[in-house]
Amino acid sequence: MSVASYVKDITDAVSSTFEGMSITFSHLVRRPMTIQYPDKIPVPVQETLPHRYRGILEVDLDICTGCLACERDCPITCITIGIEMNKETKQRQFTHFDIDVCKCMYCGLCSEACPTGAIRHSQEFEGASYNPGGLVRHFAPQPQNLYKPKKGGETEPKLITKVDIGQKYLDEFATPDGGAAAEEE
Amino acid sequence: MQAYIDQLIQQGSFAGMPKELVYAIAMVVAALVVLSVFVAPLAGVTSWLERRVWARMQSRVGPNRVGPQGILQWLADGIKNLLKEDLIPSAADAKLFSLAPYVVFMGFLCTFVVIPFGGNLIVADLNIGILYILAVTSLVVVGILMAGWASNNKWSLLGGMRSAAQIVSYEIPAGLSILTIIFLAGTLSMQGIIKAQGWGPWDWFLFHNPFTFGAFFLYFTAALAEGNRTPFDIPEAESELVAGYVTEYSGMRFLFFFFAEWGNLYVIGAVATTLFLGGWQVPPLAIFDNNPVLLGAAQFVTFFLKAYMWVFVAMWIRATLPRVRVDQLMALCWKYMVPLSFVCLLGTVGFMFVPANLQRITSAAMAGLGLALVIIFFIRVTFQIKQAKPELYFKPHI
Repeated sequence: MSVASYVKDITDAVSSTFEGMSITFSHLVRRPMTIQYPDKIPVPVQETLPHRYRGILEVDLDICTGCLACERDCPITCITIGIEMNKETKQRQFTHFDIDVCKCMYCGLCSEACPTGAIRHSQEFEGASYNPGGLVRHFAPQPQNLYKPKKGGETEPKLITKVDIGQKYLDEFATPDGGAAAEEE
Repeated sequence: MQAYIDQLIQQGSFAGMPKELVYAIAMVVAALVVLSVFVAPLAGVTSWLERRVWARMQSRVGPNRVGPQGILQWLADGIKNLLKEDLIPSAADAKLFSLAPYVVFMGFLCTFVVIPFGGNLIVADLNIGILYILAVTSLVVVGILMAGWASNNKWSLLGGMRSAAQIVSYEIPAGLSILTIIFLAGTLSMQGIIKAQGWGPWDWFLFHNPFTFGAFFLYFTAALAEGNRTPFDIPEAESELVAGYVTEYSGMRFLFFFFAEWGNLYVIGAVATTLFLGGWQVPPLAIFDNNPVLLGAAQFVTFFLKAYMWVFVAMWIRATLPRVRVDQLMALCWKYMVPLSFVCLLGTVGFMFVPANLQRITSAAMAGLGLALVIIFFIRVTFQIKQAKPELYFKPHI
């Protein structure tokens, strides 16, 4: 080791430490990169997620036909649907429509099978609960009639928007090709 | 303090008790007061501040949930650690294992005896003050080696051995750098060293001559290494040794090691302030003349701020530099720092023969150089801030 390289080692150490410390000090006066979750964020994270994000399942029972396609397609049977004939009104109605979020593996097979787009993935992902029972989503708290699609399109204004939302979901996101066909059009 | 207790004994406050017993009780009480009023909050707040400063330098937020800005985080952590189970591995040497944290802690806490917080605020102004600090901080290495050996764990043992080698090596440059100041001050007493300096930067030993300026940085680097701080924290390098000598510790005993580490930061800063930065010296203002309480408070604040600035610098270095390898650590000590500290020592000795007028000009020039360095540093910082790409700045939804 020559004297020149010895001195160069020392000056290198001093100058690089000096430069490095100026960089870290400049970071001290910058704002943090990380977002403080869950508060102090301008927009909820759910609203910033992409549309095809497969969050916790949600069901719009108003447009559910009760075909049980989702229950049959679910590989781990996390969806349980009960349908009974109401003897007074002579109409079939849901007694329960439960999805166990604990079991759900977010494969999306149910939402692809749904004919009306009633069952679909939401942007919701916060599923923390104090007990596993709290993670079972009950979509039919009281008995509710099945939806019957009318020939020639829906006429009731409240249901029109819901049918459109379901159809849009099916066209854009719940197709096996990932909505590529809809994008090409 | 002894005079005050003597006065109490003469007034008959401790009737019938032997004098030695009263002294012993007074010492225990003083130690407890210092520990609970000053050292524990200091180490705790330092632990919080370190995590916070470190986070901000890495563009994170850091702990900010317990109390305003998270300042009570240390209380939450301390209570959590006190309530945790105190595990002793079955294969460990139980007695040594439980003793080790207290040896480390004692080595750190004993230094507070001679730290001069103010002109009159010192537990004991020993005439060998700085030598005493060097001696009792060597106890830390005994405790660390004890912890490493007694854990009966190869990571712990490797950490303890590394630590012993490191601390023993780095005591040489630290001691030699301190020796330059002892030559200049002509005394080992902490108060004596401070009284040999003045309140202005041109009177500090840091700017006395170019060699003491170098000795300061050598001392600070060596002290960081003795305190097992990054970039010299190979005894507890988590990427290699899990946690080194603290691997097997849990709960209260684990807390004691980190208590000592964070408290030790302040000791490093306090010794650096005493030796190089004029200690508690305040400008001789007119308002201090007939107001000893105000003078004492001003001295305490001055000393505390100067010492805590070096605590901040230690945190800053930890956020800047990566950990060095074992061979690099030893090379840095034996190939660079030991020869350089000898150069500083001999240079200072030679400088003491320079006429007093020239010495005063040199210290003024060195103080100017120090100011210039600080200005150049902040110019670089503003340059770095401007250089940062806009996408590095806060953007909420990437």
